[in-house]
Amino acid sequence: MLKKRAKPGPGEINAGSMADIAFLLLIFFLVTTTMDTDVGILRLLPPIVEDQEQTDIVKERNVYVVLINDADQLLVEGEPMDIKDLRAGAKEFMENPANLENMPEKTRVTKDVVQQRIAENKAGVAAATDDKQKAAYQEAVTKWEAKLSAIDLIGPYNELPPSAVISLQTGSKTSYDMYVQVQNELESGIRELRDELSQEKFGRKFTELDEKKEEDQPKIKAIRLVYPQRISEAEPVDLTKKN
Amino acid sequence: MSRFKEKKSGTPAISTASLPDIIFMLLFFFMVTTVMREVDLKVKVVLPEAKEVAKLEDKALVDYLYIGPPMDKQLGTEPMLQLNDQFAKLEEIDPWVKANTERRDEVLRGKITRSLKVDKDTYMKFITDVKQELRKSNALKINYSTARGR
Repeated sequence: MLKKRAKPGPGEINAGSMADIAFLLLIFFLVTTTMDTDVGILRLLPPIVEDQEQTDIVKERNVYVVLINDADQLLVEGEPMDIKDLRAGAKEFMENPANLENMPEKTRVTKDVVQQRIAENKAGVAAATDDKQKAAYQEAVTKWEAKLSAIDLIGPYNELPPSAVISLQTGSKTSYDMYVQVQNELESGIRELRDELSQEKFGRKFTELDEKKEEDQPKIKAIRLVYPQRISEAEPVDLTKKN
Repeated sequence: MSRFKEKKSGTPAISTASLPDIIFMLLFFFMVTTVMREVDLKVKVVLPEAKEVAKLEDKALVDYLYIGPPMDKQLGTEPMLQLNDQFAKLEEIDPWVKANTERRDEVLRGKITRSLKVDKDTYMKFITDVKQELRKSNALKINYSTARGR
């Protein structure tokens, strides 16, 4: 009995320093952590066109020209403009509420028209002889069907012509900061239009619609169809040559 | 009497036995959320501010181009382009894009975004040139990286 007492097992390890070790690691990760997720303005560049002659001639009224010169000043549709007014300008161009001559001509899209066009193109698919023609008609059918589902959701709407575009051109010494500010203003103009439409039709803002929810996806598509985001990353133009 | 006194002695010390557990929990949180900086920046980039921004969802499908004045003052103040860990010339964009595309799975190749992290005082000439190079190598999905502001 006495002998046993003299041979005690290994004593308990002191865990008091465990907290210190954990603290050390914690501080290391605290310092190295960067929580930032990259945010920015997403854009799609146009693919390089091999033969320049193919570019269509676009009506002047369908293009909203925004020029930024080397001194970061704006020239919009031939008139100097303050950046504060750009958002309203872009909205007016996209919407053209007064049907002005110098802004894009909107065509009314109604259910009858769309159904007629679908029927026409479907007949085209049936009648087409070669595959290329058939594919073209098929594409048209899908396009008009998308419009039909949009009409089912929001009713007849005014459509922008396909060539309507906001064209942004910069000088060689324009600052990147100004360029981003202008992009931001144009973007927010379009976003406001979409928000207003969505609020009117669905009672919620466009930005509140969730792309991951199945019931919201057709709504998003419909609104994008009415107000497409058409800010062109124009071919670089040498502004100095024009003057 | 003596028993009575014992009960009155002040509050017992708070047990710190659970402290390591709490700290470990915090530690794991930070370990999981940590993204270590992948590249050493050789150019100074102060991002411009914008309000209408979108989040870049999948970080694995984003490649970064850094443009700004070099940190090393001996190299001058003209903006320079940095790809991966080193300075690059405009002609090097195309091979860089190709290498980064081939690294990815075929299915995901169309979804790669090139994020331009550009200093706000850079002249547009340089950025336009970079954009043209990206177009030539068919890297069309781009992102102007900005800070969330105003």
